[in-house]
Amino acid sequence: MLEIKNLQASVADKQIINNLDLKINPGEVHAIMGPNGAGKSTLSYALTGRDGYEISQGSATLDGEDLLEMEVEERATAGLFLAFQYPVEIPGVSNMEFLKASVDAQRAARSLEKYSSSEFLKVAKAACKQVNLPLSFLKRGVNEGFSGGEKKRNEIMQMILLQPKLAILDESDSGLDIDALKVVADGINSQRDGKRSFLVITHYQRLLDYIKPDFVHVLADGKIVKSGGPELALELEAHGYSWLESYDRNAEDESE
Amino acid sequence: MTEQLDEALAREYEAGFVSDIESRTFEPGLDENIVRRISAMKDEPQWMLDWRLKAFALWKEMPEPDWAHIQYDKMDFQSISYYSAPKSMDERPKSLDEVDPELLRTYEKLGIPLIEQQQLAGIAVDVVFDSVSVVTTFREKLLEQGVIFCPISDAIKEHPELVKKYLGSVVSQKDNFFAALNCAVFTDGSFVYIPKGTRCPMELSTYFRINELNTGQFERTLIIADEGSHVSYLEGCTAPQRDENQLHAAVVELVCLDDAEIKYSTVQNWYPGDENGKGGIYNFVTKRGICHTNAKISWTQVETGSAVTWKYPSCILKGDNSIGEFYSVALTRGAQQADTGTKMIHLGKGTRSTIISKGISAGKSNNTYRGLVHMGKGAKGARNFTQCDSLLIGDQCGAHTFPYVESRNPTAIVEHEATTSKVSDDQMFLCRQRGLDPEKAVSMIVNGFCKEVFKELPMEFAVEAGKLLEISLEGSVG
Repeated sequence: MLEIKNLQASVADKQIINNLDLKINPGEVHAIMGPNGAGKSTLSYALTGRDGYEISQGSATLDGEDLLEMEVEERATAGLFLAFQYPVEIPGVSNMEFLKASVDAQRAARSLEKYSSSEFLKVAKAACKQVNLPLSFLKRGVNEGFSGGEKKRNEIMQMILLQPKLAILDESDSGLDIDALKVVADGINSQRDGKRSFLVITHYQRLLDYIKPDFVHVLADGKIVKSGGPELALELEAHGYSWLESYDRNAEDESE
Repeated sequence: MTEQLDEALAREYEAGFVSDIESRTFEPGLDENIVRRISAMKDEPQWMLDWRLKAFALWKEMPEPDWAHIQYDKMDFQSISYYSAPKSMDERPKSLDEVDPELLRTYEKLGIPLIEQQQLAGIAVDVVFDSVSVVTTFREKLLEQGVIFCPISDAIKEHPELVKKYLGSVVSQKDNFFAALNCAVFTDGSFVYIPKGTRCPMELSTYFRINELNTGQFERTLIIADEGSHVSYLEGCTAPQRDENQLHAAVVELVCLDDAEIKYSTVQNWYPGDENGKGGIYNFVTKRGICHTNAKISWTQVETGSAVTWKYPSCILKGDNSIGEFYSVALTRGAQQADTGTKMIHLGKGTRSTIISKGISAGKSNNTYRGLVHMGKGAKGARNFTQCDSLLIGDQCGAHTFPYVESRNPTAIVEHEATTSKVSDDQMFLCRQRGLDPEKAVSMIVNGFCKEVFKELPMEFAVEAGKLLEISLEGSVG
């Protein structure tokens, strides 16, 4: 599904991602954990093509297609979705209008027939219910006046509507109380169909109690320093990231 | 990205075509004789000619205003022609069958079919081509209810008592330089009278088209809503794409008697000139209404065209408890310049006004809001609320706000809110990450920004305005 090889990415001439390799197969859930400033968000922006995130080396492909050659919207319609850490407000544009335009654009790019207004209303209502948001949210401006938890649930609703191949969830758990966390996790789990893949970025092991990852990677200084199964997250939780740094240093010492 | 931009920029101004119509056009130049000839062409009564001549004498003594935040080469008023009309209009066509088919085709191309059966139900149109009104639809049907909707040149002859009483009563001959010029040389425009207690059964509209080269368009509109009546009026404007600048100096007067209501909407799409500021319409317009007791005037404008816009639709709230509203979206791009806003003159007790202005600047354009809220001595308990928002697209454009507030009554309340924002990278990235192309993303964000104004437009127009904005924004992402 997603294959990243030897990726180097920089922001404002500062290299953030160093020689990163990652392979995600269809249906897999990968979690990326790491301390602040490790490059987790940079990785998600570099993959989705945000302006200002320069790729100096390496490759990233989605189902064999070169992501790095594509415009932002082409990557999106190819099936790459990013749930934002800090979803932005678009005043005056109703959520409904925004969602319909997004879904229309993606269906058009995939040569699917456009939803009629009533068909769309039906799927939008269902998605809204799934993330436990009142239907009135469809009429409100995009993220306008939403609480932190509502914004995150709104992101998951968009994922449900857009049906991506690969969803990157950038700290979708941050700022959530335990109930909201469950709703978000349920929303994500409902989309696990054996084909769709997920890249879950998080600081805390907590989210992974609800979304069982197949693999856990630890990102530090812009590269993956350790990979393992779900148990790695538990170890991190118990020992903290400093445990890893010393582990890493020891490993380097040994190799010398 | 650059490729997409170039493609979008190459897109033409859709209304920019020229119609091949043989016209009778005055030679360029302006003197008293031209004023007399215009009056004679229109077969006007003596009182009208005298009125024009008085205005012309006043105009000659007036300086051209230079206080607006706009820059342009001063116009040479001797180099433009002050009258142009299709030859086929020498004899006024009695019905559509007699109208030159090329004229009908022009309006069909602009999306304004003149055949009554093909029109949107419920909208009557007066069509002004250069200096003359070509046709006014549904005239008889409206007259059944006492509503007069006709070219102003007809009204001068057929309803002189109304015209004499109200023409110049809101915008006087010496009001300002461009208004004085208009008084002297106006050629056509619409006249509306709604009788007492009548709700006009249709939307009334005027469509202005400039076609002839080097010709100025000086239209005059007068709308009178008698006591307790109600009317909604729309105007639209386009012009061919040319390298030369053309002057459009209109005057609109609204008279809103006790308990009456006038809703006046404009979608202005004059040719804006090219990206470097070559060509385009100079739009110097005076629009003002007077509200008597409990009357209400609501101006809504969507301004996307013209190289230079100088326009301040205003309300004189003379009667107690009268209401004035101004809703505006002004979009400038390329090298366009707009200096637009409103004046709310509160004279009566308990008068209220609302100003919502949305300025959007893209490219190298400059967009200025200029507004005056005046609370007179007698404006006891009057209120104004002003909200003035500017949106910037890119980093080469300018947004400016000049709000003037004068209050002579301590009980009057004036509120002013202003914001300036940019279409942010975050918003663009969110939209694009969801699959929208940059053009669609900007147009959606801008439409959201304008929503408060668009919802004031009659429905058919709101859709048009949204589309117009979309077209105007093409190529403004960068």
